[in-house]
Amino acid sequence: MIANLAFYLFSFILLASAVMVVTSRNPVHAVLFLILGFVNAAVLFLLAGAEFLAFILAIVYVGAVAVLFLFVVMMLDVDFAALNEGFQRYAPVGALVALIMFAELAFIAGSWAIAPAGSADRLFPVPTDVTNTVALGQLIYTSYLPLFQLSGVILLVAMIGAIVLTHRDRRRSLHQNLAKQHARTPAQTLAMVPAKLGEGATLPAPQPEKETL
Amino acid sequence: MYSLVAVFAPLVGSILSGVARPVLGKQLSIAASILFMLVSSAAAIAAYRAGVQAPLQIAHWVQVGAFTPDWTLRQDQLSLVMVVMVSVVSMLIHVYSVGYMSHDATPQRFMSYISLFTFAMLMLVTANNLLQLFFGWEGVGLVSYLLINYWYDRKAANEAAIKAFIVNRVGDLAFAVGIALVYFTFGSIQFDVIFAGVSSHVSQSYRLFGTPLPVLEVISFLLFIGAMGKSAQIVLHTWLADAMEGPTPISALIHAATMVAAGVFMIVRMSPLINMAPDAMSFITFIGASTAFFAATIGCVQNDIKRVIAYSTCSQLGYMFLAAGVGAYPVAMFHLINHALFKALLFLSAGSVIHAMSDEQDIRLMGGLAGKLPFTCAMMLIGSLALIAIPPFSGYYSKDAVLDAALAAHTPMATYGWVCGTLAAGLTAFYTSRLFFLVFTGKSRAPRHVQEHVHESPFVMLLPLLVLAIGAFGSGMVLKPYFIGGQFQSFWGSSIDVAANSAMFNMDSIVAWAKLAPLVVGIFGILVAVLFYLVAPALPGRLAQALSPVYKFLLNKWYFDELYDALLVRPSLKFAKFAWRFGDKQVIDGVPNGLAALTSEASAQAVKLQTGSIALYAFIMLIGLLVFVSLFIWVR
Amino acid sequence: MLIPLSHYLVVSAVLLVIGIFGIFMNRKNIIVIMMSIELILLAANLNFVAFSGALHDMVGQVFTMFVLTVAAAESAIGLAILVIYFRNRGSIEVEDVTLMKG
Repeated sequence: MIANLAFYLFSFILLASAVMVVTSRNPVHAVLFLILGFVNAAVLFLLAGAEFLAFILAIVYVGAVAVLFLFVVMMLDVDFAALNEGFQRYAPVGALVALIMFAELAFIAGSWAIAPAGSADRLFPVPTDVTNTVALGQLIYTSYLPLFQLSGVILLVAMIGAIVLTHRDRRRSLHQNLAKQHARTPAQTLAMVPAKLGEGATLPAPQPEKETL
Repeated sequence: MYSLVAVFAPLVGSILSGVARPVLGKQLSIAASILFMLVSSAAAIAAYRAGVQAPLQIAHWVQVGAFTPDWTLRQDQLSLVMVVMVSVVSMLIHVYSVGYMSHDATPQRFMSYISLFTFAMLMLVTANNLLQLFFGWEGVGLVSYLLINYWYDRKAANEAAIKAFIVNRVGDLAFAVGIALVYFTFGSIQFDVIFAGVSSHVSQSYRLFGTPLPVLEVISFLLFIGAMGKSAQIVLHTWLADAMEGPTPISALIHAATMVAAGVFMIVRMSPLINMAPDAMSFITFIGASTAFFAATIGCVQNDIKRVIAYSTCSQLGYMFLAAGVGAYPVAMFHLINHALFKALLFLSAGSVIHAMSDEQDIRLMGGLAGKLPFTCAMMLIGSLALIAIPPFSGYYSKDAVLDAALAAHTPMATYGWVCGTLAAGLTAFYTSRLFFLVFTGKSRAPRHVQEHVHESPFVMLLPLLVLAIGAFGSGMVLKPYFIGGQFQSFWGSSIDVAANSAMFNMDSIVAWAKLAPLVVGIFGILVAVLFYLVAPALPGRLAQALSPVYKFLLNKWYFDELYDALLVRPSLKFAKFAWRFGDKQVIDGVPNGLAALTSEASAQAVKLQTGSIALYAFIMLIGLLVFVSLFIWVR
Repeated sequence: MLIPLSHYLVVSAVLLVIGIFGIFMNRKNIIVIMMSIELILLAANLNFVAFSGALHDMVGQVFTMFVLTVAAAESAIGLAILVIYFRNRGSIEVEDVTLMKG
């Protein structure tokens, strides 16, 4: 009973915030609604029995991805007024497509049922003696290890990619190049000039520093 | 063995003189070809003296199932006689050419070509199967093209060479079909097999639209059409006169003595087959006789010295076919040998005249050369008398034998042949004498600078004339007993098949006045020519004006060229133009061009899809997703 | 599971549709498109978890983890590209992004 109520409440808020994401004028509002949606989805995950994933959703999606969105939205100087002009034009078509999509999904969902012997085909049955986290861990570090490593590589690549893409190389300030300083030889800085008695020494003209690349 | 040397020595000579000029130099290249021709002639005579031998296989050629023609030299009497004639005449012409072509830039090329021709002709006459004969046939046609076109910067020579080749091709097509039919009927194209199997196929016939056509008749007919093309008989004769564009030595060699005789030779070779086809033989008689008459009429009014002699060649070949058509093959061979000698003599003498007259060939611009060119005049006189068939010159024996055989055959067609032949004999006498008188007698009609340069030919050109003159004088008397006289059957042996009812056996039983008729008509022709050109020189002009349509008709060669032009050449050109403009440009080029244009158009239209708008792309992706999901639901 | 599977499926379907709708509708702001993509991914995740709970099979949750990972990586890169694009173009209107016009 309580569970059903909770489900209806949280799913309603989830869907409402999703609609607000799509129709908000202010992109900051849209991101905030997205965050709200994620949190509610996390609760729904909890209700389905996937605790680990629920909190991962909160930590990763909300804490990292949505915040990233927020950063970018605030960094880009977006003009609010021009935002929703095209909305009316495409609303009918978009609504039609959405409706058709939903109808089809409902049709599939309605005409489908789990086979009675399906429970015997489970790949990895949910263990009842350990927590969800432990059960997940038991899987991803053993049977799904390659995928796990691969996803690590994907994240690494994404990180490198993001840095490389947005890195701006601006030489604005003078800075020391330690490697260059260490590589300087005495021959580049000292010159022995013979000085005759009573005549003084003529200093050689200073050589400009050649840029070593 | 000797035959092998005789046949292949010219080939070696041809290759050497053709390609070895950088190594040997011009003089030695020419000498090489002459040397090898001498070797070939000597070997030919030795082979003849050695007598009939079994066929000599040289190498395998084609081996496809039961079709296995090989390179083989047939060494029966017919081949030996022809080998001797071809190689000796060719050798004499090689020697003559050294002098005639001395002013040419590349004489060794000429020598190479005529040696190559000799090789091809020898392969033709020593062939033991139809395919090797056809190889020689095509080979001589090819070299004839090369030689007519020897001075290849002359447009007239180019056109004449192509004309010769194409007209020959028409005959060759029929010949090739005939060979195919021979193979289908007899299962082989070797002469021995064919001749052995002839009697078993006599009653076989094809059916064409319901009418039965005897197999042997059809084959003989097709083979004869091939011979018509090669020997310039009436329908396929148009190339021979234009072939005079080539240098005179090759007119002598190819278009008088040897190549045009190949048609006659082929018919004589196939005598066992043709004897079984009486309708074809009548056709041969008809064509031969008509050609003899027709060419003689044209020769009467021609003004080019070489063309007169060319038409006389055409006419004399008609005589040979006339003899073959009535079954008297040895007579045809006799006339062939005699004709080779005196016609070569005539052509080479004419060449000597042309050489003396600074390459002038129009007899209306000659005259009075007897005093300045006495030797040439004598040679030409001997040749003319042989051609007119005055005894004891060689032509008398063979030409009269042809006409006697024609009358002795006692068929309507043969009698028609006799009539045509006798008339042609009179015309031959007329135009030959006309030629002689216009060139050698009277006052010179040449321009002054030509007259000053008239000189007798060098010895190297006169020696072959002398040898040929001896032949033209004596070959009739010497060879008659063997070729057509009492010993002819033992002489020819099995190489020529003379049927039991052939005219050969009752040649002597014809009426006495008929035997003298050709001679009488010949002398009459000479007298008419004396009248026209010695006694009353104004008479020919007045006669030509009075009978102007007839004169024009004869001068324009009975309008055959114009007829063929309108009937065949122009429609072909029209069709070719149509095929080019429509077929090639529009249809065949249209396919790739059209495809290319279509591709460009399609891609230009497709590019318009690339708007670059991400929203549109996302939209289309979603619509696509929707479509796929719908399809999935539907199908399931 | 306490709540019937069909409820979860309906919620997930509606969320998906809202996300699709959001991609369509937004012609003015690319960031909202990216957020809509996040919503679609969230719908998929919800679906996986629901089935995992209904069938008592751990695989669904494992897969959800990986989807999470990929979604995070993808949004990071996408936002980086957006930032650079804004630096170069000065605008993030969807209709102005036509550099790939052919």
